[in-house]
Amino acid sequence: MPPGPYEVFEHGADYGVRGFGPTLEAAFENAARAMFSIAVEPLSAVRPLRRIAVEAEAPDEELLLVEWLNALLAAASLEGIVPGDCRARISDGRLAGEASGEPFDPARHRGGTEVKGATLTLLRVAREGEGYLAQCVVDV
Amino acid sequence: MQTSDLHQISESCFEIPAVGLMNVPARLFADRALLEGMDEKVREQISNVARLPGIVTAAFAMPDAHWGYGFPIGGVAAFDPRQGGVISMGGIGYDISCGVRALRTGLPEEEVRPRLEEVATALFERVPAGIGSEGKIRLDRRGLDEVLLGGARWAVEQGYGEPGELEFVEERGRMEGADTGAVSDTAKSRGLNQIGTLGSGNHYLEVQVVDQVHDADAASAFGIAAGEVLLTLHCGSRAIGHQVATDYQRELGKAARRLGLSLPDRELVCAPIDSPEGRRYYGAMAAAVNGALANRQVIAALAARAFRSVLPEARVGILYDVSHNTCKVEEHEVDGARRRLWVHRKGATRAFGPGHPDVPAAYREVGQPVLVGGTMGTGSYVLAGTSASAGLAFASACHGAGRSMSRNEALRHWRGDRLQRELASRGILIKGHSLRGLAEEAPGAYKDIDDVARATHEAGLARRVARLRPIACVKG
Repeated sequence: MPPGPYEVFEHGADYGVRGFGPTLEAAFENAARAMFSIAVEPLSAVRPLRRIAVEAEAPDEELLLVEWLNALLAAASLEGIVPGDCRARISDGRLAGEASGEPFDPARHRGGTEVKGATLTLLRVAREGEGYLAQCVVDV
Repeated sequence: MQTSDLHQISESCFEIPAVGLMNVPARLFADRALLEGMDEKVREQISNVARLPGIVTAAFAMPDAHWGYGFPIGGVAAFDPRQGGVISMGGIGYDISCGVRALRTGLPEEEVRPRLEEVATALFERVPAGIGSEGKIRLDRRGLDEVLLGGARWAVEQGYGEPGELEFVEERGRMEGADTGAVSDTAKSRGLNQIGTLGSGNHYLEVQVVDQVHDADAASAFGIAAGEVLLTLHCGSRAIGHQVATDYQRELGKAARRLGLSLPDRELVCAPIDSPEGRRYYGAMAAAVNGALANRQVIAALAARAFRSVLPEARVGILYDVSHNTCKVEEHEVDGARRRLWVHRKGATRAFGPGHPDVPAAYREVGQPVLVGGTMGTGSYVLAGTSASAGLAFASACHGAGRSMSRNEALRHWRGDRLQRELASRGILIKGHSLRGLAEEAPGAYKDIDDVARATHEAGLARRVARLRPIACVKG
């Protein structure tokens, strides 16, 4: 059994992010939460003050995960927020998602390591047990 | 890494012969101890690089190599477009033109030490750093295009530093071939307010003392002497570079599929240098390089002003500025013929030897300064390119200590606040924007910088000029 819905795992100089869930969407959302937990802790302390919307498309589910994470990083950086929560809907290889958060506030948020991009390293999207797993390494 | 099956070429160079689908051999520069400490993945990745089309001579790993994505960090490879050579995003990385700039202050440690707390505070307050930080420079799209075309020259025109400093920046402060049309709107929008910001992660601004001089002639040419204080910064192109990398990870992936390139690893996404996608990526990358050169020029000026606000007698001036995540078009001699090659250095520093026309006149007799960033608790190095370096690995050397422990493992071993106190007790003042970031960057999580510098020196890639010891560090 996975230790929780998401986790950050070891990878050389960077970090791996891994999400689990009963559906592909849930696994993608949890992978995104893992990624943002590197930038800000705890995610529960992030208030949903601003919302961003993203879309992603890719030839397969694994590349779609990378597109989704990179779209979130770009949109969050443009809006100047760290997201605390993310939602994704996937149909026919297209993803429409949104995230909510607030600007990083050193007084209330710990963490503060910026993620530069989601990579194709250790990229894996697969059925696992009753649900799904979605993971890749992110460059920090 | 298993070393028994490697072919030893010299004391500090080992070869993986070209077998199977490898077009050329792979060569690892390190002594046996460093090599044994290297991840097995370095061997796998550098062997995969050797399979890329149009690669020339060999794929190289520097003594600080570790597991990256696509190329290992510390990977070097040159490609010839006339032989179908490629340009690879995996050979440059996310933080395009991340690099190091060192500034002389003209002051000895005794004069800085009593005011160190004020100096560190001034640097911390005046140089924006940390996640989400923005600079004071506000640009519109047109202004940003000027940055991406002008590099450090743009920054000097805006009043950040002097024109004479540009000679001491690679590419004389401005990389040719930048194509702002190849940089996405997203990349530009993300970069609008980030010029003059340090970022986070392993980026830093450090006050260092010349601890030990290894080569008195070269040190004298570089204008440094034992006991003197330097200001050194490590950062890159910020979100512009990250977004260009992200965009072209996708674009080059499509190109590789369109052209039916068989890639040993999908992280090695690439396109022929002479293809529309390859040319666009080069143009976008060169634009991001200019973004990084402008960024370091602005930060250096802000840091110099901060330093002089506390110690007005300081004469702060540039020693040199290197980039260590790049692809550059260079002429190299291969088997007796001059060839124009696209040299990828991913976590590796260019190291031109004595006499090279691109080395500033003041340093030409001794070779290009190679600035190697170590850790906040141990040290850093100034090396110099050697006459042999061009023939060894297309004039390339190491770039840092190289991690030996993952960030997660570092977080289990150290706590930011305790580390800060421990370093303070050793006379090293740390100002950090993130306690977690400090723990991730704990000196113990890196290879021994002295071993890396020694191996680089012994391999002949670059020679040791001076060791630098940190006395204060601002971490992003």
